Amino acid sequence: MFLFRTFITGIKSVLLHPLRSLLTVLGIFVGVASVIWLLAIGAGISQKAQEQIEGLGADNIIVRSMKPTKPLDGNTTSFILPYGLLREDYDALVETIPTIKSALPIREIHREVRYRDRDILARVVGCTPEYADVTQLDVERGHFVTDAELKLEQNHCVLAAGVVEALFPYEDPIGRRIYLPESEDYYEIVGVMKHRHPTAAIGGSLAAQDFSQDVYIPISTLRRRIGDTVVVRRSGSREGESIQLNQITLRIDDVDNVIQTADLVEKTLDRNHARLQDVAVIVPKELLEQAETTRIMFMVFMGVIAGISLLVGGIGIMNIMLATVTERTREIGIRRALGARRIDIILQFIIETTVLSVTGGLFGVLAGALCPPIVKELRSQLEVMATDLMATVPVVVRTMEPILFPWYFGLAFLISVGVGMLFGLYPAIRAACMDPIEALRHE
Amino acid sequence: MKLAAKIDCITKDYVLKSETIRALRGVSFDVPEGDYIAIMGPSGSGKSTLLNLLGCLDRPTTGSLYLGNQDVARLNDSQLARVRAARIGFVFQSYNLIPQLNVLENIEVPLQYRGRFSATERRRCRDLAEIVGLKDRLKHRPQQLSGGQQQRVAIARSLANDPYFILADEPTGNLDSQTAAAILELFHEFHRQGKTIILVTHEDEIAAGAQRIIRLRDGMVQAVEMSGT
Repeated sequence: MFLFRTFITGIKSVLLHPLRSLLTVLGIFVGVASVIWLLAIGAGISQKAQEQIEGLGADNIIVRSMKPTKPLDGNTTSFILPYGLLREDYDALVETIPTIKSALPIREIHREVRYRDRDILARVVGCTPEYADVTQLDVERGHFVTDAELKLEQNHCVLAAGVVEALFPYEDPIGRRIYLPESEDYYEIVGVMKHRHPTAAIGGSLAAQDFSQDVYIPISTLRRRIGDTVVVRRSGSREGESIQLNQITLRIDDVDNVIQTADLVEKTLDRNHARLQDVAVIVPKELLEQAETTRIMFMVFMGVIAGISLLVGGIGIMNIMLATVTERTREIGIRRALGARRIDIILQFIIETTVLSVTGGLFGVLAGALCPPIVKELRSQLEVMATDLMATVPVVVRTMEPILFPWYFGLAFLISVGVGMLFGLYPAIRAACMDPIEALRHE
Repeated sequence: MKLAAKIDCITKDYVLKSETIRALRGVSFDVPEGDYIAIMGPSGSGKSTLLNLLGCLDRPTTGSLYLGNQDVARLNDSQLARVRAARIGFVFQSYNLIPQLNVLENIEVPLQYRGRFSATERRRCRDLAEIVGLKDRLKHRPQQLSGGQQQRVAIARSLANDPYFILADEPTGNLDSQTAAAILELFHEFHRQGKTIILVTHEDEIAAGAQRIIRLRDGMVQAVEMSGT
């Protein structure tokens, strides 16, 4: 009853000077709002980064062929540039490193694909049956590349959703044949994949992958029908490159072994590639840990900002409360004369301060809840007005959605109560220590 | 006769810098229940000091002060506050209402600090407001009331906790003579109902309404006069 009365009195005192109260709680407002913003944005970034990297699999190691930046030494007369992973590397990895559970060789070539009068430039991916599982592709209809097809080097293919849309807008693609004019070959369609969201680029060693324009065929078929060498005619001259494998995705038996295995993989590959530097080893787990570190740094940084504004807000509240205590000396005297103990006065002023800071906190929570729509609006405005600037922002930041968990609001509330109590304590003690006789005489 | 208060050889010294001021130098008198006492004296006679001691706002240097059967001279700060909340009714010269609270809430303040707060007591506060003639002003704020009305609220407040005595410090000092008379009449009315009243004043006219007049001079009781009534 007493607490409730004091609480009501506190609210009344706050409402007595609405403007002053509002200005007082500005610091708390900013502090609480930034706490929620930092948590929401931090969680958004973290989730985006996790999604991205988990798309690659934390227990995977990806080895990719890279076009060498150094020129080939020796005067090769050939216009064909051989580089990248070799089938020999694949065998060496699988045979020498025991922690590798399985290894997926991949060969990718960009080819024109035709059906009747329609055509599309597709990424023809030579792969093994495990590919769908590792890259998290789901079959819509039919089946993915099978072991039998791989063994028999059959001219079968599986189309990604985008290719189906382009080549078969009206027909059912299963059982029909697509034509690859460059290698003069027909492939029978045995399956269609569901749509999959593209993965973003990571670092620079792994390009963004859009899975919608893919045609999957057995890697053995690709080797037999198309081969390793790709020749591109470009303004009269011919350029060519010879790549045996574009990528090997290694699955490791245990996530804990990933880092060690990555070392072994690099050592193994060094034998053939140390000179050209034409392979890159990408460890998603490492990237995951980097992303986590970045996120924590961001959170700490924002946390410091929030802490400072809460401190400043708290001092502002304390300042106003000290003034209020002086201003209300007489009231304190009256209350003491009418029977208030020191602790009652302390309680009264702490409750008033807390009412103030919680008011600020509530506005802060409101501003915090507006975080997702504001971020969205701001970003779309910036994309129109400062396109160049936005292009330099990392993809993770550009695409992340702030995430609000309910506990943020609980935390924000607790923070504002805490600030109120902490910074209200000193003015309250000052009030309680007044001599009631002096206070009554105060004009 | 039951005593509302017993003042037994009280002294009070103040130390100001190196100088000791002996504000009270041994004051003794009894306040029987239902008494109506006026305490008079020139400024510097120890009136205010005695008032503070009677109101449990301060402790005497030596001597005993019994309220009911309890010696409050040696109580600590929060115990004194409890006594004030439970058994003392203050009426001040400048009313001293709390500006944020309305009439009824102001009357209820002492109960609030007593801890318990029953519906009966709440009703009693309403009744008190009615008795002092503020029945239709319960929700008004002090600044919406005239001085006389504010003092009525203060008197109702002083009775809210059923005190040993009402301790009134120049209750009519800020009022015009007509309003002052009405306020004094209110004190008389409560006295007739059996309440104990201790009034501090320097005006003979006002003191004349009391049963006894205690005159202080230089920290001592100079004279106790029985009033003509």
